[in-house]
Amino acid sequence: MEKKIRVLVAKPGLDGHDRGAKVIAASLTDAGMEVIYTGLHQTPEKIVRTAIEEDVDVIGLSVLSGAHMSIFPKVMELLKKEKKTDILLTGGGIIPAEDMEELQKLGVGRLFGPGTQSKDVAEYIIEWHKNRK
Amino acid sequence: MNYPDLIDDFKQKKRGALARVITLVDNEEDEGIEFLKENYEKRKDSFRIGITGPPGVGKSSLVNHLLERFAKKYENVGVIAIDPSSPFTGGALLGDRLRMQKSYEFENVFIRSIASRGSLGGLSTSTENISQVMESFGMDVILIETVGVGQSELDIMEITDIVIVVLVPESGDSIQAMKAGLMEIGDIFVVNKSDRDGADRAVEFIKSSLSFKKNIKNNETPVIKTSASNEDNIDSLFLAIEDRMKFLNDSDELKMKREQRREREVKDILRDLFIKSIDKLIKNMENVNASPYEKAKKILEKTGFNFTEDLWKKR
Repeated sequence: MEKKIRVLVAKPGLDGHDRGAKVIAASLTDAGMEVIYTGLHQTPEKIVRTAIEEDVDVIGLSVLSGAHMSIFPKVMELLKKEKKTDILLTGGGIIPAEDMEELQKLGVGRLFGPGTQSKDVAEYIIEWHKNRK
Repeated sequence: MNYPDLIDDFKQKKRGALARVITLVDNEEDEGIEFLKENYEKRKDSFRIGITGPPGVGKSSLVNHLLERFAKKYENVGVIAIDPSSPFTGGALLGDRLRMQKSYEFENVFIRSIASRGSLGGLSTSTENISQVMESFGMDVILIETVGVGQSELDIMEITDIVIVVLVPESGDSIQAMKAGLMEIGDIFVVNKSDRDGADRAVEFIKSSLSFKKNIKNNETPVIKTSASNEDNIDSLFLAIEDRMKFLNDSDELKMKREQRREREVKDILRDLFIKSIDKLIKNMENVNASPYEKAKKILEKTGFNFTEDLWKKR
């Protein structure tokens, strides 16, 4: 049986704009991945618990509320606590370039802003998965 | 993480280890098969409850409410939620968890979303094996939610102890057409979304079509009206499940069901291995135009399999 890349797509925080997350979830599915979509209002704790239970390779967060500087570090911290740093934490939303840089210093993967082609996200994940270990 | 460490963590009941073993088994990796072999005898049977029915009837929402009730009563509860894989890309969008948000309130609930990966009977080929892994982990109850594509989802009956068939008020007319499939496998029937018109009529439809059902094992098959979105009557459903569990436990039926399951597992493995190992023999047959029966007989002789002539004559 062929191994599949498993991805958790989640929307943390309070903003209710889930169109982007759904489009990404659908395009990753089209790229042959198994995508777990958990919907709106997910806390960092819920996200990490789901990631562990589903044994995902990648977590993709969609943050449009401006809360990215608290949510990404919190998820990262919980992943470290659970010794699950082999999971790629990536995502997208309205995130200024300087914030992206700062988050990447914390170990977060590439982040995608407005205007991203959905296939770029899929390609990034496939490439990351190939080079892993 | 290497395999022995993984097994240590599994024995210490770490969720991450359970999740990883499930992945190994789902992918049919060597270590996954190894795990199943080593742990089969040591595991304890869980009560397996299947939830099936057409798409959009509210299976996941019902599971959401049921898992709360099971989590309060039992020590460990597992959920396997299956969604379809695309036959074209192999990808899958697994969205059952979206409706199961209550699970986060309970530490003793473990949900795993699984893609059907080309299997057609409403499950994935790995569902039986994943259930066994959950049993090794010590789950008391496992809820298994099928893909939900409709008529042909009969595999669920073979791997569970109780099957719940979920329908909606609008299912009424199509029940006639369903008689031969879904309607025969349910131990409990649910008319969900019963806050909508026509729920009573649907219940009557179901009851009348069940009255034709042969080999009724015990009393009447329960037909329960629920509304998952309003959390209406979920307790009656839970009670009906518990009644059924009690009935199965007190009678020989549960034992029989599980014995049949074990026999079938052996047959499945034999069939799979046999077909794989004779593939080459079939392709290399000398007389290409011989009848399929002749060819089959030749192959059986070649493999040294000792079949009786009686069995052969029945062919």
